[in-house]
Amino acid sequence: MEAISDNWDLYFRSFGYTVALFVIASVLSMIFGTILCALRVGPVKIMRAAATTYVTLVRNTPLVIVFAFFTFASPMFGLTFNFLDVHIGKFDFTEAFGAAVVSLTLYTSTFVCEALRSGINSVPLGQAEAARAVGLTFGGTMTQVVLPQAIRASVPPLASVQIAMLKNTSVAAAFGILEAVAQMRRFTNNFSSQRTEIFIFFALGYILLVLLLSFAASRLEKRWQVA
Amino acid sequence: MSNSVLFDAPGPKTVLRHRAYAVATGLALLGIAWYIFDGFNDAGQFDYEKKWEVFTTPDFIRALLVDGLFKTLQMAFGAILGAIVFGVVFGIGKLSEHRWIRWPSAVIVEFFRAVPVLLLMVFIWFSLGIKEESSSFWAVVFALTLYNGAVLAEVLRAGINAVPKGQGEAAYAIGMRKTQVMANILLPQGVKIMLPSLVSQCIVALKDTALGTLVLAPGLTKVGTQIYLEFNNRVPTMFVVATLYISVNFLLMLLANWLQKRYVGEKKLQVALPGTVDTGAGGAGGM
Repeated sequence: MEAISDNWDLYFRSFGYTVALFVIASVLSMIFGTILCALRVGPVKIMRAAATTYVTLVRNTPLVIVFAFFTFASPMFGLTFNFLDVHIGKFDFTEAFGAAVVSLTLYTSTFVCEALRSGINSVPLGQAEAARAVGLTFGGTMTQVVLPQAIRASVPPLASVQIAMLKNTSVAAAFGILEAVAQMRRFTNNFSSQRTEIFIFFALGYILLVLLLSFAASRLEKRWQVA
Repeated sequence: MSNSVLFDAPGPKTVLRHRAYAVATGLALLGIAWYIFDGFNDAGQFDYEKKWEVFTTPDFIRALLVDGLFKTLQMAFGAILGAIVFGVVFGIGKLSEHRWIRWPSAVIVEFFRAVPVLLLMVFIWFSLGIKEESSSFWAVVFALTLYNGAVLAEVLRAGINAVPKGQGEAAYAIGMRKTQVMANILLPQGVKIMLPSLVSQCIVALKDTALGTLVLAPGLTKVGTQIYLEFNNRVPTMFVVATLYISVNFLLMLLANWLQKRYVGEKKLQVALPGTVDTGAGGAGGM
């Protein structure tokens, strides 16, 4: 028990990194994923092909490799995150953090894109046809009829994607960020006789975060449900 | 695009506009590709003699395929086998009529689904003893078994629930017992519905074996590390390793799509939150 009870600050700081990674990458992946999805369902063939290729490739690559790319390979063509040097309280957001955010964002956006696309596909064709029939313009059809239904339908898959991303932040442990899994590994190294308690405490931290997220998602889903 | 919800068939003006967009996108893509290629070229990453020759040397091809890909597939395969057993036991456990079976099953499934695979992996690794050579291998297999098993339990439950209700009722009506109904009627049909998700889960397991890096597990990533440490050719190595992963996963993805068409049709499995079926990472999952 002392491993954790003497080191609450380290414990909470490590989850601070986890949450920071999650929040930033989550927002960015939603934005980038939406753009990807727009390209994939859009009318320009080459955009569709490019986005489809990107999604297929990245989805099938292990996240570890994506991380490795932005840590080891991208500096070679001049893409580094050296410029990032922010220190807030006891948190340092530097190079490794930037690489982690970019990797998580690029990887997760492909899943966000697929979730959104399945939402759009779930809107019956007749809805758009009816909207045109009553004289709505393209903008009107989109904002009044198609997108509201599509977004509502994609809340559950999007929530799954973001929950998976929350757990994926743990990969950053292998790339120099002292988030929860890396901290747990350190604790276990130093107090190997207490490994079960350490494991349970860190597992509980993640479970709490996952529960918060799925609670928020189910509230949102209920709120947006068609009456 | 006549069958899209989003667009009408374009008129002549729009067709021209789309063409302009296409050209602009093409140029932008070429620009990005050139930027990356040029950077790598300047860093000497395309120097065949120094950086790439490794991958045409029989010894290293063997190392990549045998110590790398084969070990990786072994871990993924072991994990999936274990996960199927775990999934069947706890998936059916969650459907049990007895509260004392249902609740513990649900708690176990939810626990392993919510915890990152990497956390499990590190814990199991330390528990098996980090000094043992084989413990990192088994840490990967067990961690992936538990995580993917929990996901499969949920998938199987959803699959069984998706079997039309009349099937079970008819089986009871002709006098089958509860076990018989489950084993002969519901389970086979549920499995058929869950097959595509099972294959997708194989992709997740395969990708997650790469997480073994943190526990020094064997497999593609480890062989890759050894190769680039020796030849200082990180980019080519990463390229080769990623290509191997992507091709195997791509084949699995095609298989999943084919199974979906062949056996399930349009029926979609609804898996409750926090489900991560086919969300990659597997939490790190789902990766």
